[in-house]
Amino acid sequence: MRRRERHAGAFRALRTQRDQTVNDHPSDPLSIAHSAAPGAGSLTASAGFGSLLDGGFRILIAGAGLSVFALAGLLGWELYRGAEKALSRYGVGFLTGSHWDPVAGRFGALPFLYGTFVSSTIALLLAFPLSVATALSLTEFAPFWIRRPVRALVDLMAAVPSVVWGLWAMFEMVPWLRQAAFPFLQRAFGWIPLFQGPIYGVSLLAGALIIAMMITPIITSLAIEILRAVPPMLREAAWALGATRWEVIRVAVLPYVRSALVGAGVLGLGRALGETMAVTMVIGNRPEILLSLFAPGYTLASVLVNEFAEATSEEHLAALFEIGLTLVAVTLVVNFLARLLIHNIPFFFAPRTLRTQPMEGER
Amino acid sequence: MSASGSAPSPEWSRERRASGEERATARRFRVRKILDRFFQLLSLLASVAVISPLLLVFVFLLSSGGSSLTWDFLTQLPKPVGETGGGMANAIVGSCILVAIAIVIGAPIGVLGGVFLYEHKEPRLRAAIRFTADVLNGVPSIIWGIVVYSWVVLRMKTFSGLAGGLALSFIMIPLILRTTEDVLRLVPPAYREAGLALGLRRSQVILHIVLATARRGIVTGVLLSAARVAGETAPLLFTAFGNRVWTARLQEPMAALPLQIFTYAISPYPDWHRQAWAGALVLLALVFLMNLALRLLSRGKPE
Amino acid sequence: MTGSAADPKRTALAGGALPQKSQPAFQIEDLHVWFGNRAVLHGVSLEIPARHVTGIIGPSGCGKSTFLRALNRMHEFTPGVRVQGKVRLFGEDIYEPRVDPILLRRRVGMVFQKSNPFPTMSIQENVLVGLRLAGIRNRGLLEERLEEALRMAALWNEVRDRLHAPGTELSGGQQQRLCIARALAVHPEVLLMDEPCSALDPIATAQIESLIRDLREHYSIVLVTHNLQEAGRTADFTAFFLEGKLIEFESTKKLFTNPSRKQTEDYLTGRFE
Repeated sequence: MRRRERHAGAFRALRTQRDQTVNDHPSDPLSIAHSAAPGAGSLTASAGFGSLLDGGFRILIAGAGLSVFALAGLLGWELYRGAEKALSRYGVGFLTGSHWDPVAGRFGALPFLYGTFVSSTIALLLAFPLSVATALSLTEFAPFWIRRPVRALVDLMAAVPSVVWGLWAMFEMVPWLRQAAFPFLQRAFGWIPLFQGPIYGVSLLAGALIIAMMITPIITSLAIEILRAVPPMLREAAWALGATRWEVIRVAVLPYVRSALVGAGVLGLGRALGETMAVTMVIGNRPEILLSLFAPGYTLASVLVNEFAEATSEEHLAALFEIGLTLVAVTLVVNFLARLLIHNIPFFFAPRTLRTQPMEGER
Repeated sequence: MSASGSAPSPEWSRERRASGEERATARRFRVRKILDRFFQLLSLLASVAVISPLLLVFVFLLSSGGSSLTWDFLTQLPKPVGETGGGMANAIVGSCILVAIAIVIGAPIGVLGGVFLYEHKEPRLRAAIRFTADVLNGVPSIIWGIVVYSWVVLRMKTFSGLAGGLALSFIMIPLILRTTEDVLRLVPPAYREAGLALGLRRSQVILHIVLATARRGIVTGVLLSAARVAGETAPLLFTAFGNRVWTARLQEPMAALPLQIFTYAISPYPDWHRQAWAGALVLLALVFLMNLALRLLSRGKPE
Repeated sequence: MTGSAADPKRTALAGGALPQKSQPAFQIEDLHVWFGNRAVLHGVSLEIPARHVTGIIGPSGCGKSTFLRALNRMHEFTPGVRVQGKVRLFGEDIYEPRVDPILLRRRVGMVFQKSNPFPTMSIQENVLVGLRLAGIRNRGLLEERLEEALRMAALWNEVRDRLHAPGTELSGGQQQRLCIARALAVHPEVLLMDEPCSALDPIATAQIESLIRDLREHYSIVLVTHNLQEAGRTADFTAFFLEGKLIEFESTKKLFTNPSRKQTEDYLTGRFE
């Protein structure tokens, strides 16, 4: 952290210095105009070609840099164009309609919104405490030698493709849930409506579980970065007062990063909302709002997977585009919120692959 | 500084230590130790719970998919529906082609965009680009499938490998852009300065000094993002679409490993399920190996 | 370990014998510290007198901070650090397995190079956090200690009206004194100070230095500094470290005016570093 700050400072210093240098630089067309002194002829000649090259290069990188705006524009425009018909016909009612029947031409997205939010929220409730606890374990509690390998495993976990998670969940997790876990839950908590009703295995809860497994490594990674950004001197202050490790966390670490950790959780929620393949494979894909967590559900992303390629009527396709638009809007809002929270503390977005561990010690 | 003279004496007496304070402290100390142990144990259990699904998946794929992972599987085309046997050779090759297209389109744009972020002076534009890139990184990948579907597939009137590669490249661009900028920021400013002081043009400084210095980090970033998109299924569903025969033609539907795994997984045929497991094992192994290799590569980098 | 340490009678680290003026605060015998494979301290032996200020000087990288951190077992939090040798605090070896580092650190306070008040806490909370953690709930006692610690740190008059303001609102020098008050509030016996003035302006430095001189009446203070004048002004005894070895340990006066070792003289006259 300290090193990065120093870099940033030095970089800023260089910036101003560079700007000055460039202004005096012979290859800068402006300064050439002013300094067309005798003897500068050869410089001007090469500078003409050079500035052309420089200009071309600058246009090239500017184009690449601005391409993200083009991408965002393309995304918004194509989704809007596709959804136009549905938007004009159903408007906001689209989001509140609870019947989805493409054959009958009825398109209400509420079941998908419900399924998306319920599965993601449960996933977050499961994943967030586990992730933060793991991050604490890997930054504060665990012996040093174990931290790196476990961290590597967490990173590998984040790299597992969605479809692989889904495959495992379909063939191992869901049968286990159906035979063992869900009946057990029903016996224990059957008096709560959430745990009533027939057990199929594929269900909202199964979807939530697989989402939780997929966002845990992401939140854990973020939380580790956040905890590492806590200035070591705060920890040292607490240690020097005779705090136990847990007290160091409680007194010096958590208060400092609370909002950033929440931000990491919200970012995880953003990912959860957009999880597609694995969820589609285990959630049951039934467009109904059922209170039971054991009942099949449906999410915004899953309905796209299942129906987009087969949509025959224009209306159906437009409704699916509107679903896509809704999904983007939801994740956008959530991500935006997360970034606001995380950027409360100054760190972040150094490439993880290159970031060095802060080594305190001999100064 | 006068206050110190009137400060009460810190000569805490034996009495005070032996009185309420010390007893409270000793009692509390036991609780504190227990709390500490408790939370340590809790966090340890959490770590185990977090890691265990990874191990479960791995064990499952090895035990179920391992036996189906034969030479035929890697070299044969899929058999017609209903026949057993066959393999996923076309899907493996297709995935490679799609990722290659994505790199060819995405890497130059992403890297140069990162250079622009590093070079450009106007902080508000930089912030806007960064923000937009972050927003795009948060967009669910299936959305890119839809966007490319309506932008390319509807126009070309056919699913195609090109569209699939394009969708993947759209995912890659903002990823690479951000990592490239971060890597460039780590190049010691003095290097640049030295280049400029030598009278090099700005483009020369960037190409020969900055990019050359950060080369390894940039390549790592590109390949990591490639590993990420190689496992993507959702953006290919409506773009590359999948294909049960060989094709190297970019304007035709193209098979991809994740797509094939998905199709086989939700099929009703046990033989296809076995192939899906084997395919997933191959995909996972590829992604893991890439990640591990890149991590080792970037760790070996001298500071 | 928990059992014995929790019993205040059994080990002096949880209370017990009081420091005698004649007794050294720390007896350090053959202290080695390694960072990985690199030896940073090679066999330092030293007796730090109680109720005096002992200055540690030496060029950067000579191991003086490492030495200081070995006195309250702060190295335990840095990966790859090994400590060997004996460090006795009022006769008790602090590296013995039955000694709990948490109780040890309550007896050995520490002040750091950069002031580090907890940013989310008020001035009052900062001072009292050590006591609160130790389990003291008695309001009267807490208030008494708050004032006492702030007075000893010469900060009371400046902050008495805004005890609930965030600690980070104070100026740099005030923050450092707040950190001293925080360390004093738990009634340590020794105070370790790691270049406490290096980040401060001259006026704040003068304040802290005079504070240190006042505190020596009651505390044993170990002061690491790279500033020779500071050692000369505040320390009663001074130890000179070079490349991980103790070169010379003398009364400050003798060391500065008549060093017995050539290296010390070279350093004091600025012939290297």
